[in-house]
Amino acid sequence: MLAVTPLRQLVGFLPFIAVVLVIGIGQDLGDRIYGLLTGVLIVLLAGTLRWFTTRFRITGERVELRSGLLFRNARSVPRDRIRSVDVTAGLAHRLFRLSVVKIGTGERTDGGESRELTLDAISSVEADRVRHRLLAPTDAAQVESSGVTVAPAANELAALKWSWLRFAPLTTSSLVALGAVAGTFGQLIGDVGADAVDVGGVRERLTTAPLWLGLAVLAVLVLVVALVGSVLIFVESWWGFRLVREPGGTLRIRRGLLTTRSVSLEERRLRGIAVIEPPLLRVGRGARTVAVATGLGGRRGHGRGILLPPAPRSEAHRVSGTVLSECPSPTTATLLRHPPVALRRRLVRATMPVLVGSVALWVAPVPTWTGWATLGLLPVTVLLAVDAYRNLGHALTSRYLVTRYGAGARSTVALQRSGVIGWTVSQSLFQRWAGLVTVTATTAAGHGGYPVIDVPTADGLAIAERAVPGLLVPFLQHDAVAARTH
Amino acid sequence: MTAPGMQPATSEPLRLRPPRHRVSPRAITWWTTQAALEVVAVLAPLTVAIVVWAEARAWLIPITAVVVVIGLGYLLVMPRWRFRVHRWETTDDAVYTSAGWINQEWRVAPMSRIQTVDTERGPLQQLFGLATVTVTTASAAGALRLAGLDHAVADDLVEQLTETTQATPGDAT
Repeated sequence: MLAVTPLRQLVGFLPFIAVVLVIGIGQDLGDRIYGLLTGVLIVLLAGTLRWFTTRFRITGERVELRSGLLFRNARSVPRDRIRSVDVTAGLAHRLFRLSVVKIGTGERTDGGESRELTLDAISSVEADRVRHRLLAPTDAAQVESSGVTVAPAANELAALKWSWLRFAPLTTSSLVALGAVAGTFGQLIGDVGADAVDVGGVRERLTTAPLWLGLAVLAVLVLVVALVGSVLIFVESWWGFRLVREPGGTLRIRRGLLTTRSVSLEERRLRGIAVIEPPLLRVGRGARTVAVATGLGGRRGHGRGILLPPAPRSEAHRVSGTVLSECPSPTTATLLRHPPVALRRRLVRATMPVLVGSVALWVAPVPTWTGWATLGLLPVTVLLAVDAYRNLGHALTSRYLVTRYGAGARSTVALQRSGVIGWTVSQSLFQRWAGLVTVTATTAAGHGGYPVIDVPTADGLAIAERAVPGLLVPFLQHDAVAARTH
Repeated sequence: MTAPGMQPATSEPLRLRPPRHRVSPRAITWWTTQAALEVVAVLAPLTVAIVVWAEARAWLIPITAVVVVIGLGYLLVMPRWRFRVHRWETTDDAVYTSAGWINQEWRVAPMSRIQTVDTERGPLQQLFGLATVTVTTASAAGALRLAGLDHAVADDLVEQLTETTQATPGDAT
């Protein structure tokens, strides 16, 4: 930290330094340089002071962190509350062989934010030792004293295959790349002034060129940026990816080219697994595997449950199985189809708004083609509706409740039946008419609840009752007679 | 206890029975007042617009009329419908609630998974001697809200739930 914090702060100051050097506060260059040196010195001093005043210690029960001279800051976390220990190292940190250790408690404060303890810039060796010590079962205190020699016993569950690079353009990172490039470009034009673009009469040539050519060039440009950008992002974030099971029941993910990341997840926090197929990835027969675990910090910490880069669907299912120690993976279980009335509901939802919309446009004082154009959406929405219906499914295996849902994007979630901590049965007016319910298994992990959508009332309740025997039974009625006289 | 749960899914038409206890009848007044305030909040700007903006009266007045009719219907139907649906029950093992009106929801949480029990009394609820009890589990999506309980009933319920959950070990995840 002695080196990294000032370094990072100085890098942050670089533009300011440049401005001072060029424009200057003092009269002559000498004054400017002295002024700057004083500034740098202050930054270095502040960093050193912070280093001297920051201390952490790990006792048998707690992890404590103190920092600050003027504003004293002390935080401590009970060790039995620690749910995750993540280690990351950015470029500056790696230059000095340092790491940042984030100790998560998974506790949610009122703001929905997870309380974390961050040990910034401790040596990477020390970081690994801290990680091992905090994640080791508390009774096995001897293990950490023998150092880092536990690693060889680790069992590799998955590693990066470079053929998965083909999924990179199918992820949102291609959009991120586009946004970044567009943002930088826009800022450049804004900073330098629009005239700078008009080099060598480009503008004149642009205005005389045919429109289709401009559009084609733009399309190719967008495609290239998205392609290259997403590949770069993929390589940066997934370089050297390995998912291992460490002795003591911890899953560890290590990845990253420039910034290295290590995420550890205790297996006893695992409540299930989700195979997620976003629309584009699904077209390319790819999927992601996400752990459904407690203590990841709710929705905000969702990214921390990612166990696998975008990978072939079969690989995603295989890893799901290995992580859960189940073969075959419950996510590949044969699912029960939902009744056709669920399809009708989806078709109605897909067609009614479009029909109403186009009728409204025909009646309204706007050109009639807008109505026709709206009507043109119909095939798309109908296809989505059929897809949404085909994706619906559920199953109950000996240990898991499996549910699948989604239109376009598809999620298959396998939730441990022992991890279900309650039920929510909901029924809209239309569901009531169709005799359907949505049964949501609530859990302490992941999203907090996973729904089995649009099942016949009796079937839905039966699933809930069989998944967690005894919980729902006092509130159920087997009223064959009442149902028939209706 | 497990035996009835092992029956096949499709044999008998199965349904949830309503929870045992209704909420306080004063909840109807509470919901009506709330609904009235909402309707007024929509009507007030419309009325002002009609008074101030003379040219627009031709289409503002029909709109206002429609709002009045829908608002009155909502005011009369919603609270009574809610009162029929909103129910609650506790057993030794679980809390069970039903809520909603057009869209309805039933929630079950086992006693062993309850983490906190909160009571909340807004100004209107205080006026009508009501309280809302929220039973939170470790799930981000699983909180049970018992709205419109009689104040005394709510207090008893909270006490009972707190006692029961304190007796249960574990971190309820």
